[in-house]
Amino acid sequence: MKITSPAFRENATRALGDRTLQKALKNIEKGFIAKRIQAAEALPEFERLRDAARELKTHVLGHLDLYLEAYEKKVVAAGGHVHWAESAEDARRIVADICERLGAKTVTKGKSMITEEIALNDHLEAEGLIPVETDLGEYIIQLRGEHPSHIVAPAVHLTKEQVAGDFRRVHTHLAAERDLSEPVTLLGEARTVLREKFLAADVGITGANFLVAETGTSIIVTNEGNGDLTQTLPKAHIVVASIEKVMPTLEDVDTMLRVLARSATGQEMSVYTTFSTGPRRAGDPDGPGEYHVVLLDNGRSAMLGTEFEEMLRCIRCGACMNHCPVFQAVGGHAYGWVYPGPMGSVLTPSLIGIDAAGHLPNASTFCGRCESVCPVRIPLPRMMRAWRTREWERALNPASARRGIGLWAFVAARPRLYRLAARGAALALRLLGGGTRRIGRLPFFAAGWTKMRDLPAPEGATFMDQWKARGGRGA
Amino acid sequence: MTSAPRPRVALFVTCLVDLFRPTVGFAAVKLIEDAGCEVVVPAAQTCCGQPAFNAGDRKDATELAKKVIATFEGYDFLVAPSGSCAGMIHHYPSLFAEDDPWKARAETLVARSHELISFLTDVRGITATGARFAGSVTYHDSCSGLRELGVRAQPRTLLSAVEGLTLTELEDSDVCCGFGGTFSVKYPDLSGAIVDKKAEKIEASGAATLLAGDLGCLMNMAGRLSRRGSKIEVRHVAEVLAGMADGPAIGRGGKGTGR
Repeated sequence: MKITSPAFRENATRALGDRTLQKALKNIEKGFIAKRIQAAEALPEFERLRDAARELKTHVLGHLDLYLEAYEKKVVAAGGHVHWAESAEDARRIVADICERLGAKTVTKGKSMITEEIALNDHLEAEGLIPVETDLGEYIIQLRGEHPSHIVAPAVHLTKEQVAGDFRRVHTHLAAERDLSEPVTLLGEARTVLREKFLAADVGITGANFLVAETGTSIIVTNEGNGDLTQTLPKAHIVVASIEKVMPTLEDVDTMLRVLARSATGQEMSVYTTFSTGPRRAGDPDGPGEYHVVLLDNGRSAMLGTEFEEMLRCIRCGACMNHCPVFQAVGGHAYGWVYPGPMGSVLTPSLIGIDAAGHLPNASTFCGRCESVCPVRIPLPRMMRAWRTREWERALNPASARRGIGLWAFVAARPRLYRLAARGAALALRLLGGGTRRIGRLPFFAAGWTKMRDLPAPEGATFMDQWKARGGRGA
Repeated sequence: MTSAPRPRVALFVTCLVDLFRPTVGFAAVKLIEDAGCEVVVPAAQTCCGQPAFNAGDRKDATELAKKVIATFEGYDFLVAPSGSCAGMIHHYPSLFAEDDPWKARAETLVARSHELISFLTDVRGITATGARFAGSVTYHDSCSGLRELGVRAQPRTLLSAVEGLTLTELEDSDVCCGFGGTFSVKYPDLSGAIVDKKAEKIEASGAATLLAGDLGCLMNMAGRLSRRGSKIEVRHVAEVLAGMADGPAIGRGGKGTGR
């Protein structure tokens, strides 16, 4: 997909002016946030589970090679195949080669952000294959030629009226006058259409929420059951997963599952939690004839041992973006690539480079609400700041901002000069405020402030001057 | 408080209070003195360095941190009428390497540094300030104080003891007002959209006065409220708690009310 992260500012302005989008975004606040807090409060050990989840992930990242190799052995022992993909290109080629060898025509897909990251659909189409997204949200945005705007709710940026319009446009074999006013009728229609696609598919591709080293199992959690049909019916099941998804044991996964759904949707558990271990065995009533796992690195191993390593704890629940005032204001597409919201503002620069993604870690108020709801307690603001530090060190941020901070710091390091400057500023702003005590328009960088709001004028002389004049105790 | 010597508190005025709202500084002095402390205002103080720190400019942030540490380390406490600036001081140790002697000095200062309201309640055990304020107020939880320092119950405890005051809870009081320091000028449209949403909630609260503990957030919300033509008055919580809310509210007091 085309990266538009460098145009974040323009993307955001457009999103703020899009009334339909703004209406759709209200659902995030109404839905996810209240449900998460209810689920968290209903489980007395929720905070302890978050600690345990964090520790588990930290442990895995410290022994990633060990667990990945153990996992590979178990997959092979169960009759599956493991493919190591260093880059997105490697992963796409591996998937395409499997499809070609099987003579596949159509490919069903469960919801997978990793396949978005490697732009798999575009590649499969270029190879003459027909990829069909089977998650309802993903199906909708595929019809629209869009990309997910949220890692859990890919079509959260749309209203149900928009979806009804898309279904009428595409499902032309159905009665034109049918009622599509309710989400449940939309769901029913998608289910009917998709049923045929499931049965016709040659290959099913899913992501994985977890990989289990103990058993060689891949696990997906879904609410629609589409993932099960995707991976069970076709000739082959291909799992595309990034390396940090591996967990030591099934019991460890249990801990993660208990925080995942609660953080994501406020459910105790997702409706379906599906475990896949190898292909169909002799005597199994169903299941794929082949089982492949593509383990994707794509820049992740380079994050190990850096200040961004903790980002690899992320279990993709989406709580950070649900609670982010910036995401709530502009939605996910403004971020310009696959991963939006706070987790994207840290991860995207790691994967596509800070040169392209520089806006993302800057477009944050550092309010910290993301970190406060992260089930694995990733210090997202700290890592966004770390990206800003890297930008500063490489002089990637605007020269005007650098000069401004430099000048301010020069003055702030010299108390007497600073007092003088503060005195001058107090006087000047008082004059600008005039009779109304507030300033409606300021020049230069401060124009951004007065574009949206007044600047209250200073009350009078600075505190330090008044304190001195009153003979207050100083040192 | 018994006959133990009065602790010496160094007031970290904060650059915004110094320039825009000295009343908050005087309110802080009164509250700290009333809590049985001696207040000193070190003359060498300027700014905590947060703008540099959040811009990624660690060199300048470190230089300013050292100046704050050197200026404030000789006192029993550092108290700031801002969760944001007090929170910044809590970041200082992260600026220094493990073997740097400044790290230990930074950690010592952190242990003594407090946001004003939580200092009054948690350190000094104050449950009421004896102030009176006739009117309905609502309270915004500024992010740094709330999430970095755990300031949430403390201001509500003290406000509930103010005679004549009714506190109406603000819907989404824990959601950011969109200030974010330089964020407000780097992404004005985005910041403006967030503060506009906040202003709607403030207006919906029905309160006549909005309070919070951080002047940056207060100026952002006051500026947006006045731009929207709202009559709601905006003040730092310390002004009310110190009984010093009789002067003009933030951005008020001029001859006209229009711009």
